[in-house]
Amino acid sequence: MATEQMAAQSQSSGMPQLDFSTFPNQIFWLVVALVVIYLVLSRIALPRISSILAERQNTISGDVAAAEDYKAKAREAEAAYEKALADARSQAQKIVAEMQAELKKQIDAATAKADADITARAAASEAKIAEIRSNALVTVEAVAKDTAAEIVAALGGKADAAALADAVATRVKG
Amino acid sequence: MAEEHSEGLSFHPMDQFTIQPLFGDGPIHWYTPTNTTLWMAISIVGIILLLINATRARAVIPGRAQSVAELAYGFVHKMVEDVTGKEGLKYFPYIFTLFMFIVFSNFLGLIPGAFTPTSHIAVTGFLALAVFISVTLIGFAKHGTHFLGLFWVSSAPMALRPVLAIIEVISYFVRPVSHSIRLGGNMMAGHAVIKVFAAFAPLILMSGVGVLVTPLSILAIVAMYAFEVLVAFIQAYVFTILTCVYLKDALHPAH
Repeated sequence: MATEQMAAQSQSSGMPQLDFSTFPNQIFWLVVALVVIYLVLSRIALPRISSILAERQNTISGDVAAAEDYKAKAREAEAAYEKALADARSQAQKIVAEMQAELKKQIDAATAKADADITARAAASEAKIAEIRSNALVTVEAVAKDTAAEIVAALGGKADAAALADAVATRVKG
Repeated sequence: MAEEHSEGLSFHPMDQFTIQPLFGDGPIHWYTPTNTTLWMAISIVGIILLLINATRARAVIPGRAQSVAELAYGFVHKMVEDVTGKEGLKYFPYIFTLFMFIVFSNFLGLIPGAFTPTSHIAVTGFLALAVFISVTLIGFAKHGTHFLGLFWVSSAPMALRPVLAIIEVISYFVRPVSHSIRLGGNMMAGHAVIKVFAAFAPLILMSGVGVLVTPLSILAIVAMYAFEVLVAFIQAYVFTILTCVYLKDALHPAH
């Protein structure tokens, strides 16, 4: 038995690759394997993988397009915002200018009125002052006359009313 | 042999390549399920797991396994398109079949105790011949006798052209040989070398020299294994890209 095995071994010793008796077997099973792999790949695996890759490509390009879209929208929105801002700014400037004009007008009117008032009051005051002054002159004359008459009486004289009045008038005027 | 046994070390680096029936011990007919059948079947299962099971979800954002499947697809698809141009994409499923079969056989063969169908010249020779014959047929079908222009180097001086034509014809017919032996030889050699190093590993149990030899051989096995991982992919890539190059010659025979 052992010698038989040894003989068999020595027969196949060297390279099993060159044992041509196994070639039909290997080639048969190789063909079977290749056909199976080819069918599996061409029927199922390759269509599936290529569809996955195509779908991913679509998804990516779709996403890129959507992103482009959003970007354009954002740009539009920004432009609209800028425009609104500029509008509001010019509106505000207009309102400010109007207000300023209005205020200026009011201030001018008030100033004019105040000026007129002041002038009128000044005139009235002057009139009053003149009146007070003239009143005061009369009062001074009367007081001076009375005082002079009293002084003359105190000195023991008898004052002539007309002469007294004349003298006082002359003095007050002087 | 008896002497070898008394020495202790036994070298059978080629035994791993023996074709054995899966069931029983009978003769190997063409239909007998053998270890090559088993490992080809495991390759098919692996391919189905990777390319079909992993892509089941059809996720737009792929998981890990789906990424690998897409990577394999994109890798070969780009290779075919880059080398052969758009017309070559018609043959992409065939080339992808070749690539997946070879790459799975090579990698699964690296599992300890596994069998590598692509280490057999019968398998690689059949693949290379299939490529050679189909490429030649495609060339004649597409271009008729113009396909022979492949051998007539019109850019060379007139006097040189017949000489070059002979060289071109010889190199054309050597293609399937180099194509198949490159793959089969690489796979066989790497596995055999690992086995040789492995045979030295038990020396520590028998002799004092083993103290030095055993760690060295284990280290060598690890290094060789890493190298074989590289080779497993590179040879699959080389086989596939050469197929693309041959196909390009058939599609655009003009030099």
